[in-house]
Amino acid sequence: MSGVGLVAAQRAQFSQPLQLKGGGVLPAFDLVYETYGTLNAAKSNAILVCHALSGHHHVAGHTADNLANLGWWDNIVGPGRPLDTDRFFIVGVNNLGGCHGSTGPASPNPATGKPWGADFPVVTVEDWVDSHARLADHLGIDAWAATMGGSLGGMQALQWTLSYPQRVRHALVIAATPKLSAENIAFNDVARQAILTDPDFHGGHFYEHGVRPLRGLRLARMLGHITYLSDDQMAEKFGRRLRTGAGSYGFDVEFEIESYLRYQGDKFAGVFDANTYLRMTKALDYFDPALDYDGDLARALARASAKFLVVAFSTDWRFSPERSREIVHAMVHNGQEVAYAEINSAHGHDSFLMDEPHYHAVVDAYLKRIKL
Amino acid sequence: MTQAMERADFDLIASWVQPGERVLDLGCGDGSLLKRLIEERGAKGYGVELEDAEVLAAIANGINVIQGNLEQGLAGFDDQTFNHVVLSRTLQTVRHTERILGEMLRVGREAVVSFPNFAYWKNRMAVMAGRMPVSEDLPYEWFDTPNLRFFTLLDFESLCSKMGLVIRERQVLDEAGRQVTEEPNFLGSLAVYRLGR
Repeated sequence: MSGVGLVAAQRAQFSQPLQLKGGGVLPAFDLVYETYGTLNAAKSNAILVCHALSGHHHVAGHTADNLANLGWWDNIVGPGRPLDTDRFFIVGVNNLGGCHGSTGPASPNPATGKPWGADFPVVTVEDWVDSHARLADHLGIDAWAATMGGSLGGMQALQWTLSYPQRVRHALVIAATPKLSAENIAFNDVARQAILTDPDFHGGHFYEHGVRPLRGLRLARMLGHITYLSDDQMAEKFGRRLRTGAGSYGFDVEFEIESYLRYQGDKFAGVFDANTYLRMTKALDYFDPALDYDGDLARALARASAKFLVVAFSTDWRFSPERSREIVHAMVHNGQEVAYAEINSAHGHDSFLMDEPHYHAVVDAYLKRIKL
Repeated sequence: MTQAMERADFDLIASWVQPGERVLDLGCGDGSLLKRLIEERGAKGYGVELEDAEVLAAIANGINVIQGNLEQGLAGFDDQTFNHVVLSRTLQTVRHTERILGEMLRVGREAVVSFPNFAYWKNRMAVMAGRMPVSEDLPYEWFDTPNLRFFTLLDFESLCSKMGLVIRERQVLDEAGRQVTEEPNFLGSLAVYRLGR
């Protein structure tokens, strides 16, 4: 089935400083983005797709330079798909601090001319939303028909409704959580420690040394990947199968799951930036809209005027359905408009990326309700 | 069940809901009742539904549907959040009868419960003839019914009394959806109650 076809990234440059939640200021920044479909005359049909930890602006379609480079959420975007490009104008953006073209740790620091490295500020979900708002201004979009995302992307979709209540009509918050648990933060910190203690990290200034902390990044990804899958899925996909039929009583790769994780770790470490990884996990850890409201999530969410679809997946143990229900119940307490679907899926946290028919039907049914 | 019967049931419930009131519909299906309460009565409504297909239909209907299992209670819903908590033709399918009734009156000021009356005369006739009843309001065969609990108006009222629930109003309908006033436990096919504490 064909989706949006060939796509090309665009770049928007912003020269006004961006005040960051952590106290710093970005003097200027670029955002790289892609769009699919056509913005209507009323500019009322725009959907912002926010990405998760390792995502980027290339949400759908193929890039001309590499036809194999299919967007990370291509299965949901395109003519006749839930994010129907015959109806909606879809925007995917690479977040600040990323490593796919938007200003990030590998970009030159205007103060020194050298890569930012460790000096690139720790950015938060709130900062990202503020930067997205600049992009919306740039595109002439007063209000999104919807903001949408899975996992960390779902947090941004939610934060949009809190930071700019008048600029979001609907939010689709998928496989998300109102805040990370101690266990979630623990996993993130082990991943960070893998990077921070890699001798090639050089305190975050590895660019100048001509090396990259591949070992740390690889371990971080392997650990993260375990938390994205479900026990059942791993059992079904790999079980205890050995690559060569019998154990060698050594430490080479033996079990299929080891092979898979090492492959995933190597692939990721080859293309991702360690400083970006550190910042993405910190943005996750810091996300807690209820913090300023004595932990009262209902009060924190009360200022949102958007309508919500919240979706969780049965085997997601990273951000379990219970966590999505906290969001839903806070909204019900407030009398806000919210629908909640709990999808049976074997694929753990990664389910939000899968082409599961019922899940896509739910998103489709919700988006069809949106009046343009 | 037929549309006519749905409407008879829903007509009563709709007449009890005032504009602006908050309604929670447990086992809301595709949200038909809520849609009506929102559009005709100006209510603010939420539904709870377990089945995937119904949740999908309710979302398509524009309903604030929350997927969940009533058997696990209404955890997460705050005390006294709703003016009415509706359980329409569903109590007989719930295993934890007392718990759900208690939960309804925890989160709502009023519980609205409708259920098929097992003691309806045609049901009695069927059992007298040696067969489990299949009727307008008990439309299933014994081997495929989702119903777990078979009870009558008298049974239900004695449970209410045991639980200290106050019956504020009772309406009883026959199979055609007409109101029954005489001998309700014999002539009534469907009962609709408003309960409070």
